Amino acid sequence: MKEAILEMLDELRPEFDFTDSDDFVMDGLLDSFDIISLISMIEENYDVKIDGLDIVPENFSSVEAIEALIGKSKGEAT
Amino acid sequence: MITTFKGKKISAMLGILPETIGYFDDEAENYSFPVKQTMRLKKVMGYNQHRLAKDTTTVSDLAVYGLKHMLEQHWIEKEEIGAVVTVTLCPDHFVPHISNIVQAKCDIGMDALCFDIAQGCCGFLVGLMQSFMLLEHMKDKKVVLINGDVLSHKVSRKDRNDFPLIGDGCSITVIENGGDDEIYYEMHTDGKRGEALMIPAGAFRKPSTPETAVMTDQGDGNFRSLDHMHMDGSGVFNFVQLEVPPLLEGALKRTGKTTDDFDWFLFHQPNRFMLQKLAEKAGLPIEKLPMNLVENYGNMSGACIPMTSIMNCKEDLISKNNKCCLCAFGSGLAWGVMFMNIGKLDHCEMIVSDL
Repeated sequence: MKEAILEMLDELRPEFDFTDSDDFVMDGLLDSFDIISLISMIEENYDVKIDGLDIVPENFSSVEAIEALIGKSKGEAT
Repeated sequence: MITTFKGKKISAMLGILPETIGYFDDEAENYSFPVKQTMRLKKVMGYNQHRLAKDTTTVSDLAVYGLKHMLEQHWIEKEEIGAVVTVTLCPDHFVPHISNIVQAKCDIGMDALCFDIAQGCCGFLVGLMQSFMLLEHMKDKKVVLINGDVLSHKVSRKDRNDFPLIGDGCSITVIENGGDDEIYYEMHTDGKRGEALMIPAGAFRKPSTPETAVMTDQGDGNFRSLDHMHMDGSGVFNFVQLEVPPLLEGALKRTGKTTDDFDWFLFHQPNRFMLQKLAEKAGLPIEKLPMNLVENYGNMSGACIPMTSIMNCKEDLISKNNKCCLCAFGSGLAWGVMFMNIGKLDHCEMIVSDL
């Protein structure tokens, strides 16, 4: 899933190298509108609904955080 | 505040639009983001087109245009007007107030009470509440409630976070005594979070100067000045997701109602994404919750609920009585809900002005 997440991030902001960041939001790679676009892509690609209360920067700070969010949205234990 | 009202009804609703339409596709190049990236937001946020008032147009211009239409069409007679109440974030001047200007230009009698209320997103609910209380003292006179804003004048056209969603417009609602249905009303405020929606300069705390008009990169690629409105999108989104579902749940519990009891959920219109997430979180039937004001006209602040109602439910509002859940949330920060039957309106129409 990590590769698929990186592909989505690359499609969203191709000018950035997401493998070279510890925190996508703090490092300025994703802003709040990128997060909205990413949520739309995740919901479409994984057929999940992300809870509105989970739409906070820390859940989009890294590939691992995004993977955990997708897992949570699919009802998987994290 | 939680309370109920009885014996009050809406008898007419008019929407007044500026004629100029701004198209998101055309504006995408104004922003300092790759166009492809900006266009991705079109579907998710519901950005498409919005109404923009001319630079010289004020809320009173739109309101006078609309009220003259209503008077000429005999929707209401001047002698029936007991009060003109305007709810806006965009006064023509600090003094005189818009309601007074409307009274003068429409030649309404001097016995009519005229005052303005400064409110944004919750402006329709606050305006209705004030109107209901006034009607307790007005017998067969009616309240003319004006909700209008021309916020595009206060939003930077190089601010992709704020400009695409803003729309200018005005609604006029006639409220009178009648019927015996109970109206449930609940409103909350948290001023501590108020700076999430703010125009920093231009009033007494920080008057506009050449310095406050300087456009700067906000660090996120959006350019605006201190004279411009700014919304902390993440902060407002989280506020809505956190506060509004429990608000609705509590109101339903208190009144013994369920979501099945309503014909329409007529909500403030921030953007499609926020409404979609709110509907999912609160378990609301999306077929009864219109989310299309932003893509057609833009977010019109306090006029959103009446404009959404006119645009989506005009036939129902004229032909039958509708159990409506009105809900608003935003600047203040404030959030509230009203359960009210609306229907059998004498008049309901959207008109386009040349303003």
